[in-house]
Amino acid sequence: MSGTVRLSRRRFLQVMAGTAGALIVGIGAADASTPPVPSDMLGDALSELGAYVRVDADGSVLIGARDPETGTGVATSLTRIIADEMDADWQRVRVIPLGLGVADDNGKPRWLYGQQVGGTGNSIPRAWRDLRSAGALARRLLLQAAAQQLGVAAERLRTEKGTVIAPDGRRLSYGSLAAAAAKITPTPQPIVLKAPDHYSLIGQSAGDVDAREIVTGQTPYALDQHFGDMVVAVLSHCPWPDGELTGLDSSAALAIKGVMKVVELKPDPKLPPGETVIAPAVAVIAKTTWAALQGRRALKLAWKPGASGTESSAALEQQATGLLNSDAAPTTRVRDDGDIDKAKRKAARRVEAVYYQPWLAHATAEPMNCLVRLDKTSATLYVPTQSPRQAWTVVQRLTGLAPDQIDIRVPRVGGGYGRRLDHDYVAEAVLLAKEVDKPLQLFWPRDEDLSHDFYRSGCVHKLNAIVDAKRNIIAWNQRMASASALTGRGVSSDHLWTSEVGANQLPAGLVPNYRSDWFSVASSLPRGPHRGMPDVANAFVVGSFLDEIAHGLKEDPLLTHLRLIGEPRLIPLQGGGAIDTARLANVLKLVTDRISWKDWLHSVNGLGIACWYMDGAYVAHAIEVSMQGEKLTIDRVVCAVDVGRVINPMGLEGQVAGATLDALSTALNLAITVKDGKVQQSNWKDYPLASMAQLPRSVEVITVPGEGDPAGASFLAMPTAAPALANAVFRVSAVRVRRLPLMKELLRLL
Amino acid sequence: MAQDHAALPTKATDITPVPVRSGIDLTINGESFRHTGDPDMPLLWYLRDVLQLNGTKYGGEHGKGGADLVLVDGKATSAIGIPMSKLGGKHIVTVEGLADTKGNLHPLQQAFIDEDAIGCGYCTPGWLMASMDLLNRIKNPSDNDIDTLPNLCRCGCQTRVRQAIKRAVAAMKQGAKA
Repeated sequence: MSGTVRLSRRRFLQVMAGTAGALIVGIGAADASTPPVPSDMLGDALSELGAYVRVDADGSVLIGARDPETGTGVATSLTRIIADEMDADWQRVRVIPLGLGVADDNGKPRWLYGQQVGGTGNSIPRAWRDLRSAGALARRLLLQAAAQQLGVAAERLRTEKGTVIAPDGRRLSYGSLAAAAAKITPTPQPIVLKAPDHYSLIGQSAGDVDAREIVTGQTPYALDQHFGDMVVAVLSHCPWPDGELTGLDSSAALAIKGVMKVVELKPDPKLPPGETVIAPAVAVIAKTTWAALQGRRALKLAWKPGASGTESSAALEQQATGLLNSDAAPTTRVRDDGDIDKAKRKAARRVEAVYYQPWLAHATAEPMNCLVRLDKTSATLYVPTQSPRQAWTVVQRLTGLAPDQIDIRVPRVGGGYGRRLDHDYVAEAVLLAKEVDKPLQLFWPRDEDLSHDFYRSGCVHKLNAIVDAKRNIIAWNQRMASASALTGRGVSSDHLWTSEVGANQLPAGLVPNYRSDWFSVASSLPRGPHRGMPDVANAFVVGSFLDEIAHGLKEDPLLTHLRLIGEPRLIPLQGGGAIDTARLANVLKLVTDRISWKDWLHSVNGLGIACWYMDGAYVAHAIEVSMQGEKLTIDRVVCAVDVGRVINPMGLEGQVAGATLDALSTALNLAITVKDGKVQQSNWKDYPLASMAQLPRSVEVITVPGEGDPAGASFLAMPTAAPALANAVFRVSAVRVRRLPLMKELLRLL
Repeated sequence: MAQDHAALPTKATDITPVPVRSGIDLTINGESFRHTGDPDMPLLWYLRDVLQLNGTKYGGEHGKGGADLVLVDGKATSAIGIPMSKLGGKHIVTVEGLADTKGNLHPLQQAFIDEDAIGCGYCTPGWLMASMDLLNRIKNPSDNDIDTLPNLCRCGCQTRVRQAIKRAVAAMKQGAKA
């Protein structure tokens, strides 16, 4: 038996009977004309239908996690959303990662599980909209089956931890009802979701569903996967993305035992970055990783730079400052509220500052890799990706296979941060696998990973503010110059700014005369999405500059902030939605109360704050630092977040603490630099993530309880950590750090 | 019909001694192994490619970062930094060998779960091995001792690892009393 319940024009719930008396409920996304797939087409545990929930006769519940798990906790939180809605017993729930759900729709792909994007802060908001209904339908069917068996109306039954309970106390387990429930054709009545006071898992803490496997070394990442008879490829990329190979002597490499082949790869200039080889490369294919690595070392390669051979960090920065200091019109006027020129007449004080931020790499823990097995009618890949759909696109183009002949499997991913929204490494793996008649694992050594990335562009900001006699900030003019992450990616030139600066970012809407200009910097370095972009770079500038304004006014920066935020009200956002100033002020109040902000002026340590709004969520940091000579210690970090309803408090706390430490590590130490067009960093010594000793010993996380729809939180705590740190450093050292990374600049200025 | 097997030697002099196959004998998680391949191969690739013990991760060519830490005779050692030739007779423990043979987790593993000291999880085995090494040397490590852990983590699990180590110390004290 199978049936469907429509959720919207394009989405419906599908009910199926699985093998051995199981009930399966999935969400399909398709056109109304698509007939329901008959249940006899179902394979085992998970079908091609996007079956998210399976209740087995033994009472165990299998839930598919559709979005890639890159460490943001979605495998846990998404499945708990479903499990709660169906009142499953969490102890009996098993979670399995779903691969890419794709069907063949007359040669075109039909996506079965929706977006399937991980690590972009969007999984929970999307899940909140659709996944709950899968759990609710499963519960309704189980209740109906129980009603038949018990002879009691379904409305009089209740459910709890995998059991249906009758008014007289009789109990039926979900397992015993699964087979009967699967035979019920769902009625088209609307799905009723739980009232929040009935949540049993949502709002309660849960550890990562993979935790036990991770601490015992059993969790397979893509790099841990094997196919029988597989070979390994490692490569050396040209230092210049637009360079070329001028000499190749592979004799020594081929002489190494186990080395099979040396292959040259070239980017396809017609394709967008991220869909083709990142730079010209020479790959060594060998029977083992060790042989391949030795072979790579034995290659004698000569490369010639392209036009990018003249680029340098200094020249890029000069280009940016040149644009900001010129009278040239901006590439894009992002926002222009009020009249800056008129505001000048009321000026009691003017403030100006210029901030410099470096290029950044992604530095994922698990380096780029991809395992692929190709034959004439199928491609099977293990891909550490944040977007299996995009990986599919790359594979399809290179193989010409039908949509459903491509099987993209996504095991747990060793960090994404935006790097794995690009799939150059998938293109490389497929091209190399075509060269050998065997399954192939491509593996990037660390030096390749750091020196061939889609970097976050460095940027320069020039800010001017006008303060009136009443200490109000009445004008804010922000000019930013950077190289857009969207160049060459099919985005029109008037939208290149969208990866670099937000039209709604603070203090837009709070300052009556507000202007934001963006200037395009030209660079040949590959660029791409980066964790918390564009908020991280802009919040550092805004948070630092507000502190500078407060200092100029000789007042407590908390006062300056609160005056700017003003009365509780809704500030409409361009494009819809609004900032609730009460929630913004609240997170600031929470962190300052916790860190004893009243000691701000007299503390021998330095205290700093910053707050931010991002995609429906609010965040503030308060940081306390001390200095002994040149040694900076981060003594205390408090972070308050307001994300609306919290799905998994422990998971949220982990994300907030983690993002805080990542942001501090980045701000303290990290920079990618370029000389003669070559990236100069290639290992952890050059790109030193902060050590345990350099980081704070704890991050105190305050979570505001909320009832609104949950916002994403995976990088919410990134933007405010660096400005709060720099502001605290200013208090303790009197050094205003306007250039990151902070430690290098602080030591230069001390 | 041809004989599949040679006839048994009848006289002692018919026996041609086969040279003993030389190799590197080592113990990994309590099991004996003999490596007969390239002695220059780093332990990491022996674990991952040969034994398919994939819990020990590749972090970088220089072993900095700690994802590839294992215990060699109880001491945290970078598996990519040590060739097989140096491991004859050594006892190696990888993350797969921390739990006991019945699958009971070590208190440190349990503490990592309880404190949710996991981001993407890729570097977690390395943190566990470094923490084991620390607890082997210092029963009750101070915050300054914990500061010496060499591991890197991009997800920012450091504060939770610190809590996990403290929790493990408390649990081990309890266990010792019981």
